[in-house]
Amino acid sequence: MSTLEIKDLHVSVTTEDGPKEILKGVTLTIKDGETHAIMGPNGSGKSTLAYSIAGHPKYEVTGGSVTLDGEDVLAMSVDERARAGLFLAMQYPVEVPGVSVANFLRTAKTAIDGEAPKLRTWVKDVNTALGANGLDASFSQRSVNEGFSGGEKKRHEIAQLNLLQPKVAVLDETDSGLDIDALKVVSEGVNTFAQGGDKGVLLITHYTRILRYIKPDFVHVFVAGKVAESGGAELAEQLEAEGYDKYVAAAR
Amino acid sequence: MTVIDETPAAAQAVETGKVSSHLHPEPGYDLALHPVPTGREEIWRFTPLKRLQGLLDDQASDAHLSWTTQLPAGVTLTPISGEEARELGEFLPFDRLAALAVAHAGGAMLLDIPAEAELDEPVRIDLEGTGLDQVVWGQVIVRVGRFARATVVIEHRGQARYSHATTVLVGDGAQLDLVTLNDWSDDSVHAGQVGIRVGRDARVRASEFTIGGDLVRTSTNVEYAGPGGDAELLGLYFVDAGQHIEHRLFVDHTAPKTKSNVTYKGALQGEGARAVWIGNVLIRKVAEGIETYEENRNLVLTDGCQADSVPNLEIETGEIEGAGHASAIGRFDDEQLFYLRSRGIEESEARRLVVHGFFNDLIRRVGVPELEERLRAVVEAELERHVLTDGQA
Ligand SMILES: Nc1ncnc2c1ncn2[C@@H]1O[C@H](COP(=O)(O)OP(=O)(O)OP(=O)(O)O)[C@@H](O)[C@H]1O
Ligand SMILES: [Mg+2]
Repeated sequence: MSTLEIKDLHVSVTTEDGPKEILKGVTLTIKDGETHAIMGPNGSGKSTLAYSIAGHPKYEVTGGSVTLDGEDVLAMSVDERARAGLFLAMQYPVEVPGVSVANFLRTAKTAIDGEAPKLRTWVKDVNTALGANGLDASFSQRSVNEGFSGGEKKRHEIAQLNLLQPKVAVLDETDSGLDIDALKVVSEGVNTFAQGGDKGVLLITHYTRILRYIKPDFVHVFVAGKVAESGGAELAEQLEAEGYDKYVAAAR
Repeated sequence: MTVIDETPAAAQAVETGKVSSHLHPEPGYDLALHPVPTGREEIWRFTPLKRLQGLLDDQASDAHLSWTTQLPAGVTLTPISGEEARELGEFLPFDRLAALAVAHAGGAMLLDIPAEAELDEPVRIDLEGTGLDQVVWGQVIVRVGRFARATVVIEHRGQARYSHATTVLVGDGAQLDLVTLNDWSDDSVHAGQVGIRVGRDARVRASEFTIGGDLVRTSTNVEYAGPGGDAELLGLYFVDAGQHIEHRLFVDHTAPKTKSNVTYKGALQGEGARAVWIGNVLIRKVAEGIETYEENRNLVLTDGCQADSVPNLEIETGEIEGAGHASAIGRFDDEQLFYLRSRGIEESEARRLVVHGFFNDLIRRVGVPELEERLRAVVEAELERHVLTDGQA
């Protein structure tokens, strides 16, 4: 049982001309077993929503609430949110020079589980998760994301998702920069996770392409910092045909 | 590329065409060449002279560090006279500290690695200071014969006021790994001039780790006896509250087709922690087709620290393969910390990972496997010693 509930969320960033409101009242509920797709044009605030849920210090929440199973997510630190069961696959995963993937994954797994993973099975688990996402075992000796291609970074994010097994995963444009084969592999990883039971997925994307491989239960059109319309999978098809123009015009 | 310390250094690189090197005063044995500094001179302006605890005073002393050595077969360590040291071609003193060390050392220790020796074991020299009562003057010559291959590890520890002039002569085609660890007591002071002459087609990797001491100032000078020489200079330092750690490097490309690569990385933590790095590279007219790169990165872990980083490139010929430098002083990269923390890793642990990561590639490059573990432990101990855990950035 897990529910991520976002209510009337307002978020600002600091700019040279003072604070600028990016999210203007976002309301969304993701229950376990549900996959929600958020689709919106560039600059509409999709990443802002993702980062705000994860607690990035750049984004200031000025109103509203985010709860996970009733717990106040906004009151938690970044790492507490992750330990509470939130996971963010980033649009631009960060390079951490000198820290090996193996060390990073073990440290993260230990933090999330509250105990070190079993030595006997862990290495195998890591190699399986990397392998399932098309990364060979040599990646575990490389520095986190350093020198990874764009696609490899995305695969690495999903490998982490499979290993860390959060309650709710927010995937920020995991599909961008992937060729069709990689897209299938990564979608497979997300589906494996989603079918794990009690899992929620918030899939942020720009294109409908990934929705051929990951079937959303709900689709939300995101424009100018809020949800403009919600519907089922058919809404994605409509967006594919018509684009965002109608919504963008309405938001002006 | 993401690096921890992308913030540009306060001190910017000076790239000049031709400079009559005010940075490198005339070297020589005569003390008259090296008057007592006022502190305003270019080579002294970063050093707190008072804390040199008498190392600038012209005073005799016959105190020594205690030497423990491990010499593989064929390697010898023998006392020689100052005159013999000169005849071997030791570096002239570049500053008053080195001039005094040579004047008062009463002779040098000569570490001799014979030509064509292939050492499987490192040469180990442990130098322990036994107190602050007397200044210790030292003069050391390391001679690596042609085509020899050797690793030399020199460890400084204990309590001392120590100043030395060391010359490293690397024969043609020889390969030397020289690792120096400076891990003195908190009240020690250490000044050292290390001159390295790289033979034709020889390769030297000199790694320097400075951890302990109230004040440490080392000056490493590299020159080339012939074309094709390659010098890699690596440094790692950890500066705690109140410490002054100063590394001065001068690579003098005196021969064509030579290479130099300098990488120094340091972390600073605690009130009054002070790091100074001076990286001078001179590419002489004869030095055509050379390659040089120097880099200094400082990771500032707490408030109250100061790092100065001054790269200098003087180029007297246009015919070079490549020359570059980078210098940065920065704090933790917030994006890296966020990324690690977003995977559940606590802030203090995330910081620890980032600091280890910062030093890891450098430690790997030292190339002495049995030392790597030690060096990682040294970094870990420094992190333990201080409060990375209190959450301050
Ligand atoms: N520091 C800042 N100063 C000014 N504007 C900012 C700042 N940070 C973000 N923004 C603006 O916030 C808006 C939302 O950005 P966000 O990254 O959330 O969009 P997005 O929907 O994820 O876009 P994309 O599809 O390109 O990934 C953009 O218009 C962006 O320019
Ligand atoms: Mg985005």
